[in-house]
Amino acid sequence: MKQTALFLLALVLLAAASCGPKVTPIPTPTPSGPRTLTVMTHDSFDASQEVIAQFEAETGATIKFLKSGDAGAALNQAILSKDAPLGDVFYGVDNTFFSRAIQADIFEPYASPALADIPDELELDPQHRLSPVDFGDVCLNYDKAWFEEKGLPPPATLEDLIKPEMKGLLVVENPATSSPGLAFLMATVGHFGEDGYRDFWAQLRANDVLVTAGWEDAYYGQASWWDGDRPIVVSYATSPAAEVYFSEGAYTEPPTANVLGDGACFRQIEFVGILKGTANRDLAEKWIDFMLSPAFQADIPLHMWVFPANPQAELPDVFRFAEAPPKPAQVSPEAIDQNREKWIEAWTETVLH
Amino acid sequence: MTPKHAGTRKHGGRETRRVLRVSTSPLLRVSLYLIPLAFLGLFYFYPLFSIFRLSLAPEGRPALTALRGLVSTSYYARTLWFTTWQAALSTLLTLLASLPAAYVFARYQFRGKSLLQALTTIPFVLPTIVVATAFTSLLGPKGWANQIPMAVLGLDRPPINLMHSLSIILLAHVFYNYTIILRMVGGFWANLNPQLEAAARMLGASPWRAFREVTLPLLRPALTAAALLVFLFDFTSFGVILILGGPRYATLEVEIYRQAVNLFNLPVAAALSLLQIGCTFGLMVTYTRLQQRITVPLQLRPRRITARQPRTRRERWLVGINVAVMILLLVVPLLSLAERSLSAGQQGYSLAYYRELSVNRQSSIFFVPPLLAVRNSLLFAGATVGLALTLGLISAWLLARQRGWLGRLLDPVFMLPLGTSAVTLGFGYIIALAKPPLNLRTSPALVPLAHTLVALPFVVRSLLPVIRGIHPHLREAARVLGASSWRVWREVDLPIVGRALLVGAVFAFTVSLGEFGATVFVARPQMPTMPVVIYRFLGQPGAINYGQALAMSTLLMIVCTVGFLAIERFRYGEIGEF
Repeated sequence: MKQTALFLLALVLLAAASCGPKVTPIPTPTPSGPRTLTVMTHDSFDASQEVIAQFEAETGATIKFLKSGDAGAALNQAILSKDAPLGDVFYGVDNTFFSRAIQADIFEPYASPALADIPDELELDPQHRLSPVDFGDVCLNYDKAWFEEKGLPPPATLEDLIKPEMKGLLVVENPATSSPGLAFLMATVGHFGEDGYRDFWAQLRANDVLVTAGWEDAYYGQASWWDGDRPIVVSYATSPAAEVYFSEGAYTEPPTANVLGDGACFRQIEFVGILKGTANRDLAEKWIDFMLSPAFQADIPLHMWVFPANPQAELPDVFRFAEAPPKPAQVSPEAIDQNREKWIEAWTETVLH
Repeated sequence: MTPKHAGTRKHGGRETRRVLRVSTSPLLRVSLYLIPLAFLGLFYFYPLFSIFRLSLAPEGRPALTALRGLVSTSYYARTLWFTTWQAALSTLLTLLASLPAAYVFARYQFRGKSLLQALTTIPFVLPTIVVATAFTSLLGPKGWANQIPMAVLGLDRPPINLMHSLSIILLAHVFYNYTIILRMVGGFWANLNPQLEAAARMLGASPWRAFREVTLPLLRPALTAAALLVFLFDFTSFGVILILGGPRYATLEVEIYRQAVNLFNLPVAAALSLLQIGCTFGLMVTYTRLQQRITVPLQLRPRRITARQPRTRRERWLVGINVAVMILLLVVPLLSLAERSLSAGQQGYSLAYYRELSVNRQSSIFFVPPLLAVRNSLLFAGATVGLALTLGLISAWLLARQRGWLGRLLDPVFMLPLGTSAVTLGFGYIIALAKPPLNLRTSPALVPLAHTLVALPFVVRSLLPVIRGIHPHLREAARVLGASSWRVWREVDLPIVGRALLVGAVFAFTVSLGEFGATVFVARPQMPTMPVVIYRFLGQPGAINYGQALAMSTLLMIVCTVGFLAIERFRYGEIGEF
């Protein structure tokens, strides 16, 4: 009994300690020393040391990057921390998450003068809460050597994928757990329309499509030019160029090529915005101007393997292997946000159950 | 010590309490109780409560409409059912595979034992995507297991296709959790007196009967504790199901992740998290009741007199077969990873990818020299070990003394973090730890704190059977001879729990190296660890990226082995092998 009493006493003490009067922090005056700008972003963000150093030299500020998981997880964290923001700026909202970000109302409008150089079709927010930084196409990569060896013509359009000779050749990522997977589902919705995409997927299923959880296991685990035996994989239009660039000189030509037929690819546009409640609005504005400036824009391709939004930015030589699809599929961010769950459920029903 | 002996348990228990009542000052005990409870309160219950409140009652009213979907389809019920039975089956298979090895490791000395034991710990620290790579390089269409029969039998399709099947889920769960049984049961078994079983045999019992009626009852506390941990790990399995099992399988944990991250449907994610925690709690309550009935005071013996060289041909076979199984199941996949790190995407073997690790070719702002990643991982792991052992020792000591309703309530509570979805807790941190003085969201301190939550149950479960089993007479004798309570603890309790403390340390170390827990889902401070670096490389296409990911994975395996062997060395030190 004595023990129990002691324990209860302990609990009461603990409760008292946690419910005690809240200590209000004494407001500290803004330090006059070096300032820090915190940029929240996803795990795939990368940039050159020199470019970041240039910004730090120009502004006298220090930049801190907070990586918070994949694009979806990072955005969710920004939304959850809206009352006490984790950063000043968020980079990495793409057009599939665009409406979620706008509706959560976590960004302050800022019309950067640098937007003048950015093509209008990349700008999705008239109020400039989110500014486009780069874009990339999710496309089907195929193994050139594999098709040559089999004497088969490689696929050129989405429709080719349901031909009998393409049986058992395709790997896609699950749109419920993967960003390129969702993008490819969007491509099929855009191309076949709301009425036709389920039918297409039913035929893909009959043609033995393989579904993986994420890009890594699809690309390295299933692709025939890596550890697997399937010659067509949903990846990025720049992946063939990256294969050359990261091959240590083993490849002078990419081992893979893209399926570029009408609506076979889906364009992801990535945006940056100033988080509401920032105490560093002036620095945040400068950062956005900087991300859109030629110096940063030209640094994007080799670090993130996407295209800079500013068409004047110079592309590296290896990007000649990164073919841009002439006609990517079109689905508006509002439509994606309204139907994401419904489309994914319908897809799951059609392809998995 | 036959089951009859268990009759003395009550007697022993009462004595334990009496001794303690004289020996510890109430104030000291209260403050000790407070430490682990405050830790759980601040870093577990408070963040969890915050995220549940935000998710389930955003405007102060329960978000019932959002939850309607939970009961309107049978999907979630089926998910719960699958989660449960696959975990039960995985646990059973893990026990079948590793119990014989636990016996062999407890009773026999043979060359390479220490290294083999170290190697079995490695799977625990490997990210699932890396394990998937290892399995693919063995069992995939281009793996040895397929290439050899294809070449020999002239097949044109790979005969083995395990990817995305239930079999690979079960196999991976055995692969990951083998070490839990081996360490926890094997470690306990090693200190049991072999003369008891010998005596039973002398009296005419068959080997099976001697095992069933003498050894098994004595082993039961450690056995159920280890099986419980394996079950909880399988029950909350995430990466194995998602990546290896493929899109047709989902556990509650996978579904919570999908709802929270992909669909941002927080009410459903929170409700499923509660369900998962509820199941864990229910299981733990049952376990605690069961366990209190089976604890017996033990006569533990130093291992140098319990283990010996295998002598007869049968004994040598027994050791040989178990070692072969371990090599095939655990070592070969790891070796194939190491082999790939020397060869992937290039002609012949070279250390090119290892050299590349320390070159910042892209002059990337996020470049991490490999030694820095190793250092960061070890710093976090060291902090986790220190924190988990301190808190675990206090908690286990507290639980061992509390045999009433309080113990029955507290014991399950300490296990709850293992049954909690990492993404839920991660999101909880973002909301709850936002205000000073607890603004830890972007502090490196959050990492060992979150890892400790996962490591603590391992430490507690390793320690409890031993602490409960300490024969009260030992303490009494020490007291009678005039030892102070501190001295009794240091010279009686500590040497006896030393072994279990090491087991706990090993698990805390591996849990942290493998980046278990909520930190994966919070904004990471700029102290990237080895798994973080592996993920970064795996995110881009191309040979150098893939090769460096494999090279870093191999480094992670080496660090784990070395760290493990280093911890093992401690047993020759002060706390001794008792």
